[in-house]
Amino acid sequence: MSTPSDVLVVGAGAAGLAVVESLRRKGYDGRITLLGEEPGLPYDRPPLSKQVLAGTWEAERTHLRTRDVLDALDAEFAFGERAVALDAATRTVRTASGAELSAEALVLATGLSARRLPGLSEAAGVHVLRTLDDAARLRGELLEAEHVVVVGDGVLGAEIAATARLMGADVTLVGPQPAPMRQQLGPDIAQRLAALHTEHGVRLRPDTLVEAVETTGGRVSGVRAVGGDLLRADLVVSAVGGAPATDWLADSGLELADGVVCDARCRAADGIYAVGDVARFHHEGRRRPLRLENRTNATEQAMRVAANILGEDRPYQPVPYFWTDQFGVKIQVFGLPTPTAAVHLVEGDAEQGRFVVRYLDEEGHPIAVLGWNMPKQTRLHRQQILDQYVRPEPAAAR
Amino acid sequence: MKITVDEEKCCGAGQCVLIAPEVFDQRDEDGIVVLLDAAPPADRHEAVRESALVCPAAAIDVHEDA
Repeated sequence: MSTPSDVLVVGAGAAGLAVVESLRRKGYDGRITLLGEEPGLPYDRPPLSKQVLAGTWEAERTHLRTRDVLDALDAEFAFGERAVALDAATRTVRTASGAELSAEALVLATGLSARRLPGLSEAAGVHVLRTLDDAARLRGELLEAEHVVVVGDGVLGAEIAATARLMGADVTLVGPQPAPMRQQLGPDIAQRLAALHTEHGVRLRPDTLVEAVETTGGRVSGVRAVGGDLLRADLVVSAVGGAPATDWLADSGLELADGVVCDARCRAADGIYAVGDVARFHHEGRRRPLRLENRTNATEQAMRVAANILGEDRPYQPVPYFWTDQFGVKIQVFGLPTPTAAVHLVEGDAEQGRFVVRYLDEEGHPIAVLGWNMPKQTRLHRQQILDQYVRPEPAAAR
Repeated sequence: MKITVDEEKCCGAGQCVLIAPEVFDQRDEDGIVVLLDAAPPADRHEAVRESALVCPAAAIDVHEDA
């Protein structure tokens, strides 16, 4: 495979930017264009629900790279330009302003759009948190809010609830699961997280579906749960997950199925790759398709794709990893826990609030390790997960 | 090459230690990055650049000219 003469990256978040950086680091000197919907410099999202919302970081602190570092990449940056359509056969992207861009290699890195609950209206006081602007708006209103209801018990909802509570609001966390983040942590650790939230004064409403938002004079006044309960609220955050931002690819000719469907090389079609939250790739080690919504995946996958664009042609098979910080507790997870996995303590002491646990599948194979306030020790158990994949990812195995 | 790390940005993922264990470590108590060698020899530069790229908190700055 010959090296493409030019590369177009659509999406200027962590994944898109990392593709550009990796290409240059590997010595690629062709033309690179990075197209991004938002007008500002590329920024990092994990701090939005924590440091930015809490106000401990200014917005600039989230910038992934300074202007000087970006300039040194010698790429064309088209920020504030939204891609609206793709013709996969000619690798031509059309933007909202009517421009048409094409390249020999195309990388799709458009990430997620915040999902909105059908019953959650656009009333004043109802927020989502996906962008830096969202975070600024939410923070502004949180400072004044008395009764906050966070709808959604995943990672984002739990983090927002924790941050809002630390800011002094009365917070209720509502979601369909028996405990927050059960899907990511399994039932045992999710119960522990629920207890942490309760200790800090968050009101939990588990096993609860939300029907609608109630408004008074155009502003939210409460959240109606299925079954009739009304939860009082002057501010509501809808954190019910994100959907891969693939609307613009509907007529592209690419296969879409909860993301852009890719092979093990993260290739969606000839000369077209996908990276980050939007990419559903075939994980050879796990022998199944996988789409990961986490920060380390964005850069690791970007590096693999950059290498594959330049002809390396190797599969991407990462050890999934995510972290979350809530009420001063650092939770880190390597691998993918399942609700039915057996959980064993391998280090530390749960009573002391510092421990590492291992998740075993039905056959007794380790599928994940989780650390609770023990980041370094958790990382030292990562290899056990990697060993489960038949052919380890070379870059990570070094 | 000179490296600086931002301890406040660091999220303790330890990706840098996986890639360049001679240059980075983590504190035992909270996993925050420990810089073992702020001016590593040339044969480690490539691993350091990769660490900076991979860092999920963008907490590693590499100054090539220093």
